[in-house]
Amino acid sequence: MPEKPVPPLRPTIRPPTIRISWTAIAVVFVALLIVAGMLTSYYTVGAESEGVVLRFGRFINTVEPGLHFKIPFGVDEVIVVPTRRQLKLEFGFATQGYLTNPVQTGADPAAEKSMVTGDLNAALVEWVVQYRIDDPKQYLFDVRNPGTTLRDLSEAAMREVVGDRTVDELITIGRQDIEVEALARMQDMAKRYHLGIRVDQVQLKNVNPPEQVQASFNEVNKAQQDRENAINIANGEYNKAVPKAKGEADQAIRAAEGYRFKRVNEAEGDAAAFTAVLEQYLKAPEITRTRLYLETMSEALPETGQKIIVDESLRQLLPVLPLSTKPTDLSPKINGEAH
Amino acid sequence: MKQGCIIAAALALAIFLFLVFSGSFYTVHQTEQVIITQFGQAIGNPITEPGLHFKTPLIQEVNSLDKRFLEWDGAPVAIPTRDKTYIHVETYARWRIADPKTYFVRLRDERSAQSRLEDILGSETRNSIAKHDLIEIVRTDKNRQPLHDETIKGGQTGALGILPPIQYGRLKIEEEIKAAAAEKLAGFGIDVLDFRIKRVNYNPDVLARIYQRMISERLQIAQRFRSEGEGESARIAGQRDRDINEINSTAYRQVQQIRGEADAKATEIYARAYNQSPQAAEFYAFLKTLDAYHKIFTKDSTLVLSTDSDLFSLLKHTKTKGE
Repeated sequence: MPEKPVPPLRPTIRPPTIRISWTAIAVVFVALLIVAGMLTSYYTVGAESEGVVLRFGRFINTVEPGLHFKIPFGVDEVIVVPTRRQLKLEFGFATQGYLTNPVQTGADPAAEKSMVTGDLNAALVEWVVQYRIDDPKQYLFDVRNPGTTLRDLSEAAMREVVGDRTVDELITIGRQDIEVEALARMQDMAKRYHLGIRVDQVQLKNVNPPEQVQASFNEVNKAQQDRENAINIANGEYNKAVPKAKGEADQAIRAAEGYRFKRVNEAEGDAAAFTAVLEQYLKAPEITRTRLYLETMSEALPETGQKIIVDESLRQLLPVLPLSTKPTDLSPKINGEAH
Repeated sequence: MKQGCIIAAALALAIFLFLVFSGSFYTVHQTEQVIITQFGQAIGNPITEPGLHFKTPLIQEVNSLDKRFLEWDGAPVAIPTRDKTYIHVETYARWRIADPKTYFVRLRDERSAQSRLEDILGSETRNSIAKHDLIEIVRTDKNRQPLHDETIKGGQTGALGILPPIQYGRLKIEEEIKAAAAEKLAGFGIDVLDFRIKRVNYNPDVLARIYQRMISERLQIAQRFRSEGEGESARIAGQRDRDINEINSTAYRQVQQIRGEADAKATEIYARAYNQSPQAAEFYAFLKTLDAYHKIFTKDSTLVLSTDSDLFSLLKHTKTKGE
């Protein structure tokens, strides 16, 4: 305030000083106000965002990216929402480092991924939800903590879908089906909750049986391989034996055919030879017989080991046969009764 | 000095006016609704329209309440289902202040609202879950038929790969809990948008048994695969034996046929040649007998010959037989 002690040595200067300083203060104050107003009356909206403008707390409009003006001194408020950025939520696992939004990862991934399937088995499911803010007004004003809400509804929707699947569907054949169904449910719920969010994609990540039973699931895979292996080995045995047997069968048939040629040809040869000889025999049967008989005897008898000639008149006198070291044939079958 | 006093008075007035002026204006945010109280007493209708509003300064107070959907996160509940399975259930709800005046009068702030929600929704959750089998809480769509893995299919699988039938399903139970709670919560000016079961898990004590069952189910499938492998392998081995026997016996039959034909043909040829006339037959017998001698007379044989034989017919007599 102006009543302050003034040095008495310079009384003439005092009044003008006070008068000038009051005016100056007012001028400076107004100038500062104008500068401050100017400095806070413009803002920029980034390329991937939209600006939501509030006047006295009331929603006015949304603005596109670029430079914009507003009424300063807390009358207009602008909230910038990244509507064009792809955002993501992770469930059952947590990526370290860059996060697209503060609720990207959950507080307790282990609890998130633990589920009960429709055949009352336990399973661990990890998934990702890709989304975008497509209605910034709804996103900002209709739901408190829309990100957390999306997390909650995603978990509920995923468990609804998994709860209607068998563990085999979940782990092997039903993955795509689950993604499609969960996406539809999440989109539906996001709309019902006025989240202003469009869920673009649901992707299943690791889907596993609980650790304690994983070995038995692997055992099924191994058994499946064992089955294929046993079948392959049996087929191998078959392939090893059957073509060989076919070849051998063909070989035997060919050999039999050879035998047929041989038998027939030989028979025909023999017959031709006999017929030729017979023709000559019939011209002089008696002499030919004698000749053939004597020829045979003269050839065959020298080959014989022992020869004993017995006369009818000496019948009472039994010949003593000298038994040689070799066994001898005593049968009288060819006792000169050739004819 | 006088001038200074005037300026000071003007400033004081300005400050007073500003205080009164600013105290009579307030803003309602887009996300808020306001209850005006006068000496702690709620007066007038709630202000739900966002923007700049006017009130009597100094004596009236602004109480802003949220207008948005608010979260309620149920504390994890551990309870047995109707079929005596202990489970952990986590639920959530989204709600809003539908009747701000009632809400303000009865609850005043959100902390007491949350505790009331917990009381009501929590106990309705317990009631409903204890009334239903576990499968009713797990499953949703009673008409859904599971897909089967073609490689696992086949053979007796028992309860495996089958979704146990349900009567109500999760959505019905959630609806039931919501309906029961909504009635009570309406009395607090609260409207429940949605109530959901977020997580259902087996109690850790039960888990060991569940795991054991899962393991035995899997091992049963594994056994079937192995057995199928062995069975198929035996079938192929049988087919192999069958095919080999067929091949070998067919070949044997053909061989015998061919050989028989050959022998028959040869026999026919021989018979035709040797039997062309009585002399021929007789001559053939003669020739063959002579041939036989060649074979019979060996070094080891002893031949006893009579002097009556043709060979020795000249030994005692030189006359011809005919004489």
